[in-house]
Amino acid sequence: MSELSIFLEYSLLGLLSGGVMALLALSFVLVYKGTGVINLAVGEIMMLGAYLYYAAVVSFGVNPWLAFAGSLAVIAVLAIVIERLVLRPLSGQSAVSVLMATIGLASIIHGGVEAVWGGDTYTPPGLLPRTPLMMGDILIPGAVLGNFLIAFVLILAFVAFFRYSRTGITLRATASDPVTAATLGINIHHAQRLTWALSGLVGTVAGVLIASSVGLSPLLSGTALAVLAAIVLGGLDSVLGAIVASLLVGLIEALAAGYLGGKTRDLVPYVVVLAVLVVRPYGIFGSRTIERL
Amino acid sequence: MRTGVFHENYRSAERLWDSPTARAWMAAFTVALFALPFWGSDYVLAIACIVGIHLVATMGLNLTTGNAGLISLSHAAFLGVGCYTVSWLARQGVPFFIALPAAGGLAAILGLIVGLPSLRVKGLYLAIATLAAHFILTFIFREWDSVTGGVPGTSIPRASLFGFQLVGDRHNFYLIFACVFLLGLAARNLARTHHGRAFVAVRDRDISAEILGVNLLRTKLMAFAIGAFYAGVAGGLLGYFYGNITPEYFVLTLAVFYLAAIIVGGLGTVLGSVLGAVFMTLVPEVLRLVAHASSQWFPGIAGLLLPMGQVVFGLLIIGFLILEPHGLAAIWSRARRYFHLWPFRT
Repeated sequence: MSELSIFLEYSLLGLLSGGVMALLALSFVLVYKGTGVINLAVGEIMMLGAYLYYAAVVSFGVNPWLAFAGSLAVIAVLAIVIERLVLRPLSGQSAVSVLMATIGLASIIHGGVEAVWGGDTYTPPGLLPRTPLMMGDILIPGAVLGNFLIAFVLILAFVAFFRYSRTGITLRATASDPVTAATLGINIHHAQRLTWALSGLVGTVAGVLIASSVGLSPLLSGTALAVLAAIVLGGLDSVLGAIVASLLVGLIEALAAGYLGGKTRDLVPYVVVLAVLVVRPYGIFGSRTIERL
Repeated sequence: MRTGVFHENYRSAERLWDSPTARAWMAAFTVALFALPFWGSDYVLAIACIVGIHLVATMGLNLTTGNAGLISLSHAAFLGVGCYTVSWLARQGVPFFIALPAAGGLAAILGLIVGLPSLRVKGLYLAIATLAAHFILTFIFREWDSVTGGVPGTSIPRASLFGFQLVGDRHNFYLIFACVFLLGLAARNLARTHHGRAFVAVRDRDISAEILGVNLLRTKLMAFAIGAFYAGVAGGLLGYFYGNITPEYFVLTLAVFYLAAIIVGGLGTVLGSVLGAVFMTLVPEVLRLVAHASSQWFPGIAGLLLPMGQVVFGLLIIGFLILEPHGLAAIWSRARRYFHLWPFRT
């Protein structure tokens, strides 16, 4: 295999895994744009979704697609409950205390998952066929390609939803200016609840996809923290930025892992985060904020 | 009957403990505490040592996050930096009274570097930056075998003073609590200097603080460095206490533990750090006792201890944030006021 095709294979794998990462990034960005909260529990919510899917399929023998739908529904309800019980009472508090509350939330879900399912690694059944795709010398595993396609379609659907549907427009209005949105008759509590539910849904899809290709263990939640690199690079409040940056971070990660060894996978995203924050704190596409007294 | 504390000059108003009663209680408490090795059981002593170490680290985080309002998720990693520094220095034959400040110093320098983004970004972005720093530092703990011993860990020679080895909890107790008292007094005193007031000003509104003449750059970096210094010393004490250490100890859960401690205890006061550290150290112990007592009915419960601890930490963080944002320190002062003013109501 030539140098070039090795490089191409690494790059393609990176871009494809970046597509799934973009789903997770979307889950962060939705909540941040909609409610101004950085949800550090995204990784745990996604992990819980994946575990629910696994439990339904393997422990209860439900059809995979049905189990998938079921776990989506449960996570959506859970996200709404979290919004009501944790985030609503804290609205108006400083960003730092809300952030700490999401850390607490992450701790609760993580502990709960470990108490129920333990620390072992499971392999949930995939939703998609696993036939690999050969392109000349380059081999792309079927699961990676399928995950990318699902992520791609879902992200397109989301972008269309936000741009064209009435509900999507109310969500955007609430995100950009809650007070004006409320004055214009938009129920902002309802909009924020919906935002959390959508974020939970996207996270769960990402969780199931990632778990079915790399295995399911409590370590899965760490994956979401690596996505922080992507959303910081893209700018916290930009959907487009999150998608582009996810692809970019996926690419960098795969190239680093390919050429410098697999261990660097744990390190590279965080180095990217620090570098971006020092050089360009609002990311590539993020909106610069000007503070006033 | 005492109804309040009345000051007649600035000197008395600025005192650390402002009434004779408070001073008497504090003295009695100190004496009782330092006599603990003579009357406490081994178990009590071991717990006291762990409380002391957590207390040092909690006071540090409380200065950075509680006083200066800069959230730090890399506190566990700073603890690790201190611990590995002490372990390396102790193997070179450096005595503890040099190794501990050196551990704090190195952690403080790293704190300065991690704190650098705090100049350009704050709040949420800062949390992400410190999170990234945590993962980079713990990566180094796992991979830099020659200093940290890698994943299997490394051992730390005992501290010794004038050829007298500090072996066992009874001796380490004095080392730990000497540090606790020194650093506690330092934190208390810092809060009444202009640096301490600058921290609070930056926390409450940093742009206003800058207009009032507070140097934002210096204040924020100082808050990070001092918090990291405390963590480094705590890490060094941890090393001397356990004798060997693995990177497993410095996980993100530990950083969350300290965050929980300052939230539960009360942000921005030394009293809050003390109450929070004691409370949060005792929570896993109580859980363990409960698990031990109920193990005959639920045989598998011992394996659930760690995850249940996480659930309880999370519940405590959220519960205190929503129901009592000022923490146990506020409950404490309410109770104190009640007894002061009894039989009158507040």
